[in-house]
Amino acid sequence: MIPLLLRDIKLSVRAGGGALIGVLFFMTVVAVIPFGVGPDLNLLSRIGPAILWIGALLAALLGLDRLFQAEREDGSLDLLLMQETPLVLTVFVKCLAHWIATGLPLVMASPLLGLFMNMDEIAIGATTLTLLAGTPALTFIGAAGAGIAVALPRGGLLVSILVLPLAIPVLIFGVSAVHAAIEDPAPFLPPFLVLVALNLFFAVIGPVAAAAALRLSSD
Amino acid sequence: MSEPSLAIRKFSDLANPTRFLALVAIVWPYLAGLTLCLFAAGLYLSFTTTGDYQQGETVRIMYVHVPAAWLSMMCYTVMALSALGTLVWRHPLADVSAKAAAPIGACFTLVALITGSLWGKPMWGTWWVWDARLTSVFVLFLMYLGLIALNRAMDDPTRAAKVSAVLILVGFVNIPIIKFSVEWWNTLHQPASVVRLDGPTIDPEFLWPLLVMAVAFTFLFFTLHVLAMRNEILRRRIAVLRRHAARSAGRPGDAA
Repeated sequence: MIPLLLRDIKLSVRAGGGALIGVLFFMTVVAVIPFGVGPDLNLLSRIGPAILWIGALLAALLGLDRLFQAEREDGSLDLLLMQETPLVLTVFVKCLAHWIATGLPLVMASPLLGLFMNMDEIAIGATTLTLLAGTPALTFIGAAGAGIAVALPRGGLLVSILVLPLAIPVLIFGVSAVHAAIEDPAPFLPPFLVLVALNLFFAVIGPVAAAAALRLSSD
Repeated sequence: MSEPSLAIRKFSDLANPTRFLALVAIVWPYLAGLTLCLFAAGLYLSFTTTGDYQQGETVRIMYVHVPAAWLSMMCYTVMALSALGTLVWRHPLADVSAKAAAPIGACFTLVALITGSLWGKPMWGTWWVWDARLTSVFVLFLMYLGLIALNRAMDDPTRAAKVSAVLILVGFVNIPIIKFSVEWWNTLHQPASVVRLDGPTIDPEFLWPLLVMAVAFTFLFFTLHVLAMRNEILRRRIAVLRRHAARSAGRPGDAA
């Protein structure tokens, strides 16, 4: 499983992999927002966490259609399907590699973008922490969508449509945990723990669904 | 060789589409008639009972809104059961059932959303609030549309059915969230007042029309569902016949 993890990370980081496109997209989305709502720093610092979360969500969806499609095209998906190891485990490791290559850069870029949004230290820390806890869940749900749409010729847009409704709970609890950290009376831990629980929940559901979909749509 | 009998003795006999179609041909006029009678009774009751002393005449919107909302969730449950039927028992009609139910469910959800906002404007003073129940029902509507889009995106109906069955089961997570959203979060939408452990808190004056309308909507759903399944089976048969015709037209030697 470790070789598969390393191979996937290498493939997505090297030329043609497109792992860093996600971060660029994230930065562009966040940079576009002030043009839309105006350069009011107070307003930006208030909606900053939500913007970072939405930007991360969209950026995480961006690379998902390539999760299985490239391997389907060159045939290595069939090899993965025929392996002795359970397909669920293979899919889980692929999700993990995808998250390390595309999700982790988003988390690392978020403090910098938080500074642009005029957020204070606590808000930046809380946003980074919740993104760290929440983006794996997005990848796991997205894997289910990517598995479902793998056989489609133009699956990319459909993956986003199918996955976004399921990602809403993650977004809700991520943003509410950040707000709880900024505003004093509300406790930070309950929404954060729910976010972590969602992460674990989707870590099970996502790979199982993706594995089932891959088996069903293999020729 | 004798003709295979069309009698239906057990549930698995329905797996034969021809048997199913024969059953539908017998059953659907009764179902439709019953639906019409129930709607006549339900509408009569809804318009003759007195209005609420606070809400006035707008309370009558509830007689459409609440059954439509129940049905939007029941329809998804039917789809989830069909998805299980597709994946676990590989019942040949389960994927037809799931595919036929999706547009009906989307319509019921849309009706619930529209009537809800018609009621919300005079009562809450706004067409829409981003409250937990409203948002989760809206998400349900989006999921129905996504499922329809996924079904339309694939040519092969069997593969489309299997793949969307996976998605239906994953999306079923949303149903408990909708059901309990008004209890978990303290929101503007009122909590359940009919189906409760300690009996309904709603006045019998409003309860009876509501229940009759709910039963009428349920029968409407089953009528539409059965007819939609019939149409889907016929559509697939036509597609197969067309493919055969096209193939034999391409090879004139084989057709003779």
